[in-house]
Amino acid sequence: MIAEFGQFALTLALVVSLVQAVVPMIGAYRNDGPLMATGYPAALSQLLLTGLAFGALTYGFIASDFSVATVAANSHSLKPMLYKVSGVWGNHEGSMLMWVVILALFGWAVAQFGTNLPPTLRARVISVQGMIGVAFLAFIVFTSNPFMRLDPAPFDGNGLNPLLQDPGLAFHPPLLYVGYVGFSMAFSFAVAALLEGRVDAAWGRWVRPWTLAAWTFLTGGIALGSWWAYYELGWGGWWFWDPVENASFMPWLAGTALLHSAIVVEKRDTLKAWTILLAILTFSLSLLGTFIVRSGVLTSVHAFATDPTRGVFILAILAVAVGGSLALFALRAPALQSGGLFRLISREGGLVFNNILLALACGTVFLGTLYPLFLEALSDGRDKVSVGPPYFNATFVPIMIPLVIVMAAGPLMAWKRGNLPNVMRRLVWAGLAAVAVMVWAFLLHPDGPWLAPVAMGIAAWLAVGTLTEWADRIKLFRAPLSDSWRRLKGLPRAASGMTLAHLGVAVAIAGMTGASAWQVERIQVARPGDVVPVGSYQFAFDEVTEGAGPNYNYRRAHVTLLRGDRVITELYPETRFFPVAGQSTTEAAIHTTGVADLYAVVGEADGNGGWTVRFYENPMVPWIWYGALIMSAGGFLSLSDRRHRVGAPQRAARKPVATSAEIVPAE
Amino acid sequence: MRRLAVLLLLLWLPAWPAGAVEPDEVLADPALEDRAREISKELRCVVCQNQSIDDSNAEIARDMRLLVRERLVEGDTDDQVVDFMVARYGEYVRFSPTIRFETLPLWFGPPALVLVVVLAIVMVYRAQQNRSAHEGVRPLSAAERARLDALVEKLGGGEKPRSQGDPP
Repeated sequence: MIAEFGQFALTLALVVSLVQAVVPMIGAYRNDGPLMATGYPAALSQLLLTGLAFGALTYGFIASDFSVATVAANSHSLKPMLYKVSGVWGNHEGSMLMWVVILALFGWAVAQFGTNLPPTLRARVISVQGMIGVAFLAFIVFTSNPFMRLDPAPFDGNGLNPLLQDPGLAFHPPLLYVGYVGFSMAFSFAVAALLEGRVDAAWGRWVRPWTLAAWTFLTGGIALGSWWAYYELGWGGWWFWDPVENASFMPWLAGTALLHSAIVVEKRDTLKAWTILLAILTFSLSLLGTFIVRSGVLTSVHAFATDPTRGVFILAILAVAVGGSLALFALRAPALQSGGLFRLISREGGLVFNNILLALACGTVFLGTLYPLFLEALSDGRDKVSVGPPYFNATFVPIMIPLVIVMAAGPLMAWKRGNLPNVMRRLVWAGLAAVAVMVWAFLLHPDGPWLAPVAMGIAAWLAVGTLTEWADRIKLFRAPLSDSWRRLKGLPRAASGMTLAHLGVAVAIAGMTGASAWQVERIQVARPGDVVPVGSYQFAFDEVTEGAGPNYNYRRAHVTLLRGDRVITELYPETRFFPVAGQSTTEAAIHTTGVADLYAVVGEADGNGGWTVRFYENPMVPWIWYGALIMSAGGFLSLSDRRHRVGAPQRAARKPVATSAEIVPAE
Repeated sequence: MRRLAVLLLLLWLPAWPAGAVEPDEVLADPALEDRAREISKELRCVVCQNQSIDDSNAEIARDMRLLVRERLVEGDTDDQVVDFMVARYGEYVRFSPTIRFETLPLWFGPPALVLVVVLAIVMVYRAQQNRSAHEGVRPLSAAERARLDALVEKLGGGEKPRSQGDPP
């Protein structure tokens, strides 16, 4: 009964989203207040209805109602409660349902809090959100119904893939989805502004907080996924350039570019057409990611061709959304006048440089991810090429290096016309730090790859350069401390947020470099009593015990981590066997010192009383997650700035409209 | 197996728990072993979802690793080993495709993209400068000139205000 209730709510949501897509848009064209006002109740009811459907499915999972096909295929009565709940979005149908719930949440948020927007713009944004809702609700209702019943109902469910039964992974998809779907706001604002025929500084101001929120969550989501891979897959890898990862990384790169170009629109009223295009592209890449992952095109082009219902549906959504919005862009963008002029050496120039390189990086990932599929389809399956880490390392890293070098200088530049010699003078400390770190890293690891000390130096350059800008703003060490404190308190949170986010990038780069270049690995057969030296540490292999967890059996090694004579800690790596799925997982034991991880994995027995063990010293790895955390913290800090707050007072939004570019709608 | 692959794909994440290289595969000579590891990272496990033979614990990946080591012990250079593997398993095992006509976009796409973007920027920049040169400093009409002179007169001289090129 509850499932049918969910089904009904879902179908009703589809109908409501149709209303939301059509009526406010007509209202906006006729400038009809009551028609536009339907946007709010429509958005609110869409949120409630999709929320109800999601609740109904969640109930099915919690109550282990195996007459619901989705539950039977993905849950099991013995599963711990956390994974029963996370199982709701751990499958195709449920995750699409979560997608539309988040979409409805954003649609409602703009209806609820966007009271400072011009009514027609707000109505159009809500309407475009509604159109996206129509597409995805139709996709769910017609091709991926989560409430399909089974008769007879099976006695128990199939269970969730053991790899996915992990707290990190329970929260990874929701974060990622808030990021993905959050970019729909940038898209809706872009399309609404094109329809409206008006993009001005105020538009930049409105679109920024949404983009920033989406970016912040996406950053967290990607980092969480990477962290999961690191501790769960069992050999300390944290990024694989897998198409599925790239699918989430492309919107991140484009979204990062958008975040920066929207600043130029807001502050300088220029780069408008480009920013609109970026907003469209960013969400298109989110849709593309959905397509890549949902259509099965990755497993093989052939599998996609034999059962293409879902894939073709998403492809159609993609074609209409991307094609339609780009056509609209081509029609309207030429009339967008850019405002402020600027020299190449200026804050704007730096941000343009940032945008070029990020777009390029995104293009590279795009090619590397999709070209093999394209080639395979084109040659009818005869020409299969693989594009993997060697390709991405060779193409992506050279793009990132200049980006990060300029990243330190950009915020120090003045708007319109920068003073390069002056900026260089202020970066002296950053330069010294870079050289010092480079030399130090080289002396520590003279045998490692030469690029590693260079990358560490660049990270130091960015960190010190970023801190220099922050210190200059509050006149640290140049004015009395009390004065600096006063300035710090007066510093806009958005500025501190930028400092934090850039620092986070520096920290993450240091982490990625150390992790890729300086890992120490020992793979061998160990017997109880053996001591395995790894770097400056020793792993003493004590014993192996067996036991049972809630829905698995485990084999647990007891390893003592030593440094010289000093016992650092005890480690308990496990392998777990899940009888329901007939699968094993490795649970690495990790001790972190803050600048390195000591990582232990136990494998199979060799039959002679020995066990395969893998011990690693992973230098700098924790900094990857610290960096991502700092970046997200910067995003949140910036979001808390009153100027970004969604319901910010009118006063803030009024000023820049004077130089708006207006075009006459072609009717 | 296909079910597992699909499940994982649904979750935006790569597949398989691993810890691939087994102790009995490791070569005695550490320099040779290091080379084997580097080569293994460049070769794809042909039955896996985007995994190198160094990462995969599939049976065939193990065979391929052993083959790589065998060739190295025989005295092959790195390139010879890779060529051997490509001859045996096809171009598909190479994680970094060779440059040939069909893969040109892959390797030259990004630089071409840079070129296009830089050209576009230069053009936009030129247009901007032209606009500021032509429209921006549109000369004042006679009536405006007279009004301006009168204002300057009234304020008691000083510098002439600069035209900012605001749209009328």
